[in-house]
Amino acid sequence: MAGSTLASPTADARTAIAVERARARQVTPWSDAWRRFRRHRLAVASGVVLLAMIFAVAFGPLIWRVQINDIDFSAQLQPPSWAHPLGTDDLGQDLLARMLYGGRISLAVGLAAMSVSVCVGTIVGAIAGMARGGVDAGLVWLTDLFLSLPQLPVLLLLIYLFRDTLKIYVGPELGIFLLIVVGIAAFRWMTVARLVRAQFFALREKEFVEAARALGASRFRLVVRHILPNALGPVIVAGTIDVAAAIIAESTLSFLGLGFPPDIPTWGRLLFDAKDTIDVAPHWALIAGGAIFLAVLAINFIGDGLRDALDPRRVM
Amino acid sequence: MSRYLIRRLLIAIPSLLGISVVLFTVLALAPGDPFGELATNPAIPPEVQAALRAKFGMDDPIMMRYLHWLTAMLHGDWGFSFVSRVDVDTLILQRLPTTLAVIGASQVLALLIALPVGVYAATRPYSIFDQVASTFALIGFSLPTFFTGIVLILVFSVSLNWLPFVFRADLAATGLQWWWEEIRQSIMPVAVLGLFQGATWTRFVRSAVLDVIRLDYVTTARSKGLPERGVVLKHIVRNALIPVVTLIALQMPIVFGGAIVTEQIFRIPGIGSLLISAIQANDTPVIMAVTFVFACLVILFNLIADLLYGWLDPRISYR
Repeated sequence: MAGSTLASPTADARTAIAVERARARQVTPWSDAWRRFRRHRLAVASGVVLLAMIFAVAFGPLIWRVQINDIDFSAQLQPPSWAHPLGTDDLGQDLLARMLYGGRISLAVGLAAMSVSVCVGTIVGAIAGMARGGVDAGLVWLTDLFLSLPQLPVLLLLIYLFRDTLKIYVGPELGIFLLIVVGIAAFRWMTVARLVRAQFFALREKEFVEAARALGASRFRLVVRHILPNALGPVIVAGTIDVAAAIIAESTLSFLGLGFPPDIPTWGRLLFDAKDTIDVAPHWALIAGGAIFLAVLAINFIGDGLRDALDPRRVM
Repeated sequence: MSRYLIRRLLIAIPSLLGISVVLFTVLALAPGDPFGELATNPAIPPEVQAALRAKFGMDDPIMMRYLHWLTAMLHGDWGFSFVSRVDVDTLILQRLPTTLAVIGASQVLALLIALPVGVYAATRPYSIFDQVASTFALIGFSLPTFFTGIVLILVFSVSLNWLPFVFRADLAATGLQWWWEEIRQSIMPVAVLGLFQGATWTRFVRSAVLDVIRLDYVTTARSKGLPERGVVLKHIVRNALIPVVTLIALQMPIVFGGAIVTEQIFRIPGIGSLLISAIQANDTPVIMAVTFVFACLVILFNLIADLLYGWLDPRISYR
């Protein structure tokens, strides 16, 4: 691997590497992107907000040690107070503890679904972009087919048909988690696949790819080392937006009462439970919905900043 | 134009077939029997069960089952709702107009917001108006429809008591009074869906107009001394709309998803809430049929988008 050898001024090839590394120290593509990202103030602020939220849901339950299912009928539907900073729900359960726990699930679903959809999309896009003829046409048809499927109804159908079986095999919590992640990812990979395919079409005829091919690089190496890294910019942007979309999708399912089981308080589930008492305890719905909104907004702003930083239109 | 229409129709057929294969595969892969409710019901004797299974062809090979199902769907025989005790197609036809009306009205609202705001923002890029509009658009499409719906109910129904929050299909009033009631109860659902779509489309319109506005033919039009209004409306917007139409067509599945949520929040008796109640009641024929109707609607709107596309860009029709 060229990157791991020490630069030495004697050998020609190594000189070239040394020069390249010296230049890289000044402006790497990533430091350049970071510089452009910082110019988008709202994106930077959103990054801070999102990190704070992740930090809160990761370590919050260690500090705020109230159980999510401590029922207290003497404190039903309390507005925020010192004992319950975010108030309580209709069973007197502490909303802060439930929000922190639900945040873990909502954010985990978002990240997991994004990872799956980006991986699937990249693989499909890369295969379509490298193959010509039948394989490409078939994959494009498949992508278009998935794009024209009505996502929410089919997702609901999937959950309706498979949830009981998965519950038996891998347990209620993990089963529905897997189902929701795979289900959401199944309807989010198409954007990435299209982006990757378009990038591959533009990149695979470039001189540097030609040069690598002339040097005897295998097809796999061409894709992984030369084309894919150059196609990553738009994929990162799309992946960021995917996290937000996955969080919304999970909350939508929970809000329709078809997501996680009732004893697991995801943000969408909290909102679903809150909507019946909205006239007497509006804080409950506002806190749950506000958290979803804040997370999604922050991620979308970050995606906007990344779009400026990685500019997908600048396809070499 | 008619040849173009026929070609688009022919292209839509494989998509519909593909969707039907996907739906049927999902159903066939699903563990358990779709008629499990009947099979486990002790009130139904085994002979009746066997007869039912034979009638529905449950024990045939999978290809035959798919063909049977497909021909039945094409014949308009969509099955029988075990819960509501009516044919599925009558059930859906009762509810479809409401859904289409709410979606249609919200799309009109979304266009009325997105077109002027997007075009105005793009003709003055990075001005104050543009920045405010872009920020609001981003906030707008980060707000999930179920949250805006609840906030609107909280503000306009609970606090101010201006608007009803339950949609009624059986309004007692007639004539003008009926229209007034209908509009009052439609404002919130239409606003929820329309504002969400409007925010998304504003971004599409803005970036599409920005792409077009720098092109040479626009400069030419301006240097000929044409009034700015004419340049924007006739030269810029018409061409900018071409990619926007494609993007809007791609958004249709999300629009229907939003419609399901909105119908659920405001208890609108449309096919979205029918789907949810069918899932809660394990009413498989209704679930399958509604999902298929949603798929058909998506294809239909894609077809309409294609036609618009041909109208906006005449070069496409002749190809």
